[in-house]
Amino acid sequence: MKRIGVFVCSCGSNIEGAVDVCKVVEAMSKEPYVVYAANCKYMCSSSGQELIGKAAAEYELTGIAVCSCSPRMHEATFRKAAASAGLNPYKVEIANIREQCSWVHKDTAEATGKAITLAKAAVSKLCRDEELYPQSFPVTKRALVIGGGIAGIQTAEDISNAGYKVDIVEKKPSIGGKMAMLDKTFPTLDCSACILTPKTVDISHNENVRIFSYSEVESVSGYVGNFTVKIRRKARYVKEDLCTGCGLCAEKCPTKNVPNEFDLGLGSRSAIYIPFAQAVPKVAVIDPDSCRMLKDGKCGLCSRVCGAKAIDYSQKDEITEEKYGAIAVATGIDPIDVTPFDEYSYKNSKDVITALELERILNAAGPTNGRLVRLSDGIRPKTVVFISCVGSRCTEEDERGKTYCSKICCMYTAKQAILIKEKYPDTDIYVFYIDVRAPGKNFDEFYRRAAEKYGVKYIKGMVGKVCDENGVLTVKAADLINNEQMMIGADLVVLAAAVEPDKTAKALASKLNASIDGNGFFNEAHPKLRPVESPTAGVYLSGACSGPKDIPETVAQASAAAAKIIGLLSKNTLESDPCTAHADELKCSGCSLCANVCPYNAITYIEKEFRMPDKTVKIRRVASVNAAVCRGCGACTVACNNGAMDLHGFSREQILAEVDSICS
Amino acid sequence: MQLNGYKPKIVAFCCNWCSYAGADLAGSSRFTYPDNVKIIRVPCSCRVDPVFILRAFGGGADGVMICGCHPGDCHYTSGNYHTRRRMKLLFSMLDYLGIEKERMKLIWISASEGEKFASAATDFMNTVARLGENRRLGDLRCKSKTEQN
Amino acid sequence: MKNIVSREEIIEMSGTDPAKCMKCGKCSASCPAYDEMEYPPHRFVYMIDQGNIGPLLECVGIYRCLSCYACVDRCPRGVEPAKLIEAVRVIAERKKEGNRIKAGELFEKADADMPSQAFSAAFRKYTK
Repeated sequence: MKRIGVFVCSCGSNIEGAVDVCKVVEAMSKEPYVVYAANCKYMCSSSGQELIGKAAAEYELTGIAVCSCSPRMHEATFRKAAASAGLNPYKVEIANIREQCSWVHKDTAEATGKAITLAKAAVSKLCRDEELYPQSFPVTKRALVIGGGIAGIQTAEDISNAGYKVDIVEKKPSIGGKMAMLDKTFPTLDCSACILTPKTVDISHNENVRIFSYSEVESVSGYVGNFTVKIRRKARYVKEDLCTGCGLCAEKCPTKNVPNEFDLGLGSRSAIYIPFAQAVPKVAVIDPDSCRMLKDGKCGLCSRVCGAKAIDYSQKDEITEEKYGAIAVATGIDPIDVTPFDEYSYKNSKDVITALELERILNAAGPTNGRLVRLSDGIRPKTVVFISCVGSRCTEEDERGKTYCSKICCMYTAKQAILIKEKYPDTDIYVFYIDVRAPGKNFDEFYRRAAEKYGVKYIKGMVGKVCDENGVLTVKAADLINNEQMMIGADLVVLAAAVEPDKTAKALASKLNASIDGNGFFNEAHPKLRPVESPTAGVYLSGACSGPKDIPETVAQASAAAAKIIGLLSKNTLESDPCTAHADELKCSGCSLCANVCPYNAITYIEKEFRMPDKTVKIRRVASVNAAVCRGCGACTVACNNGAMDLHGFSREQILAEVDSICS
Repeated sequence: MQLNGYKPKIVAFCCNWCSYAGADLAGSSRFTYPDNVKIIRVPCSCRVDPVFILRAFGGGADGVMICGCHPGDCHYTSGNYHTRRRMKLLFSMLDYLGIEKERMKLIWISASEGEKFASAATDFMNTVARLGENRRLGDLRCKSKTEQN
Repeated sequence: MKNIVSREEIIEMSGTDPAKCMKCGKCSASCPAYDEMEYPPHRFVYMIDQGNIGPLLECVGIYRCLSCYACVDRCPRGVEPAKLIEAVRVIAERKKEGNRIKAGELFEKADADMPSQAFSAAFRKYTK
C-alpha cells in the first residue's frame, strides 16, 4: 500500500509570498495515497529534514513529495533525508513551486493553482517510483597511458607519484614523442632535449611505471574501473632485457642507407638502430624491411658482434593482456602532409622544407649537426622565407588543409627565425602571415622581439607561389599593407605545416568507444568544464589528442588528466547512478535500434534462453544495458519500436502519469 | 493568463541540464511568464517520446513545448540531434492528424537563457491562445472529467 | 646633398623605431587627414621600415599631416608615426634649394610675441 507524505515549503516568504501554502496542503491531503501533508517554513533546514524523519516514522510513509525549490538545488538534500528516515532515497519527488511558480507568477490564485497542479503531478510520478539501488563495482588500481610523448610522460609521472601503477604504451621504439625532435622551445629558448631527457630517464627508473615501447593497443573491453586491454608488443628482434644500448651492432651493420625516421628522412640510419642518442629505453631495434638477415637470411653480423647476446631473429609479435581502471589518451599531433600544396614546390625543391624538418636541421644532434645549410647544395642560405598557415584555416571544402588554426605555428616560426638570426645575424628573414596569433605567457613579447630586436621582416600577406628554376627559388607574395605584389629570391623556404591528430587516433577512438570530432581530435566530455575527460567514462584526454596544443598547455592538461585519474583510482569501488536504461527482455526483438543511438555504447546484445509456454526452450538475441556505462539520457527508450527500453527514474509510466496529471 | 475567458493548457518538456536550468534562471531572475505553462523534467530532450506529446494532446493540452540544449551542447553529446529528427517527423504526423503544427514547438534554451525561456513561453502561449482550444484528439472522457471539476 | 635617405637616418632624426609597428592600423584610423594622403600613416611607417623612402619624399601627404599627434597618442606600441612623417618632411624641405632662413635674418624677423622656440624650430627645419 502506498503511503505518501507531502511537504510544502514556504521558503521564508519566497514561496509563501505568491502561493497560498495552506491551500496547497489542504488540496494535497485530499489526494489519493496521501496520508500526510504539512507545511514548513524551510524544508531544507535541519528542522525541515527532521519533520520528514518524524512523519516517515509516524505515518509509515513509503514515498515523499516535497513542494519546494528546484530539484537542481535540493534534490540531493531531500534524498539524504529520506535515506536517513529509512526510505529508499529514490522514492522522493520534488515539485518545483519556487523557481517555476512563486517567482514567476504574481497572482496568488493563479500561482496557488499551478502549485497544486505541480504537486499533484509530483505525487502521481511518486506513486510510480521504484526503489532503486546504485550498483557498485571494484576499481582496478592501475592506469594505462597511450602515447609516450611529453603528455603521456607527464600523466604517467603524476599518477605514479600518487602511488598508483601506470603503464605507458608507445608505438615507436622510444618514448619522447615530438618534443624529443625539437631543438629549442619557445618562448624561453630552453633546449628541448635538456628539459625532456631528465623526465624520460626518471620515468624509466620509476618502479610504478612500466614502459611498453614499440607496442600498440590491440583491443579494449570493459568499462570504467575495469578495462581489459590487449597490447601488441611488436617484434624488435632484440631482447629488451639483455640489450645494453652500446650501439656496436648499428656501427657494424652493413645496411647503412635507410632513411632515418627520427630525422624525418633527412639523415640515414642502419638496419639495426637505436632511434636517437637519448632514447628510452636505450635498446636497439631491427627494421625487418631493410635487415639482410631477416629478408634473405644472409648476414647475422649484429648477432656476432653483440656481447650481450641480445639479438633474436626469431622474435614474434606478442600480445599481453592487462587490466586497468582508467585509460589516458596521449596520442598527440603530427604535421600534415604538405605535398598537395603544389604552389609551394615542396615536392620539387629540396630547399622547400617543413618547420619540423628545419627543427631537425637546427638541432645539434640532427643530420647536419646543427649547421643551417640548404639540403640541395650544402650552402648556408642567406635569405630565408617562412610561410605560415600552410594547411591551417582552410574551408571545409579544401581537402588539402584543415579548418582550424594549428595554434603553435606562429610561435615556432618566431622561434626558428630567432634561432637563425642568433646563429647567423646576416641572414635575411621574411615571415609571411595572415595573423600572428601569440596568446600565451610571454608569447607576444617573444614574437615582437623577433620583429623588433632581430629584424625579422613580418609581412602581412600570403605567398601565392614558390618557383624553383634551376635551383633558384623565387617567392611570389602579396604585401597587403603596401597593396602590392612582391617577388623575393629565396635560398630556403620553410612551411609552417598545420597539425593533425596522430594517424592511429581514429582506430584507437573506436577501440575505446571514445568519440572524435570531424577533424579526428578526441571530444571532451564538456568543452569548457570537463576538458580532460572523454564522454566515455574512465577514458581521459591528455595533451594534444583533443586539439593542437603547445608544450606548456600539453603538460598542464596532462597533469589535469592525471589528477582526474588519481581521483578515480583512489576509490575502492565505484557507485553508478541507478537512473539508467533497462531492457524488457520479453519485449526486446534484438533489432539494434537502441544500440545505434546510444552515445556511450552501453548497450550490447546477448543470446538468452527463454522457456516458451509450450515448454520448449528458445534462444533469442536481446539487448543488455551495462549500468556502469549508461548515463541515463533516454535516447534508446524512444528509439525502441517495441517499447522494451525504459529508464529508471524517468519511466514511460511516470512521465505519462505526470502528463495526465497536468492535463486533467 | 486568459484570453476571452479561455485558458489554454500548455505542457513543457525541459531537459534537466540546459532548459530546466534555464527555466529555473527565469525564476531566479523573476522573468514572468503565463502560469498555464507547466514543466515536466526529463533527463534529456531525447527522452521525450512522441507518445508523450500525443498523450498530452489527447488529455486536453492545447500546446506542447519541447526544450533542449542548443545543438552541439547536449550533456549527452548527441541527444538533441535525435530529438530534432524525431520532432521533425512528428510535426508532419500532427498535420496528418489535423492538429495545427503551431501547437507544438521545439526550442533550444541553454541554462543561461532565462529570459529566452520566459519570452518563448509567453510567445507560445499567445500563439496557442489565438488558435483556440484543441478539439482534435481530445478524449471525451477527459473532457467530461474536466467539466465535472 | 644626398639623394638616398636611409631608414636609419630617419630613425635617428625622429627618435622612433618603425620596427615596433605591429600593423594594427590605429594610426590611420585616428588620422583626420587620411583622405588627403597618398600614403596613410600605417603605410608611411611600413614604407620607412622597408627603407622605401623615395616616394615618401615626393608625396604631398607629408604636408597634409596636421601634426595633431593623434596617431602618436593612440599608437599601442609607441611607434609615433607623426614624428616619422615630421622627419621625412624635414628631409624633403632640406632637399629643396637653398637656405630659406639665414642666421643673420633671424633677429630682424624677431617679434616680441613670437615664442623663441618657433624660431629655433624654423631655423632647424629650413636650413641645411
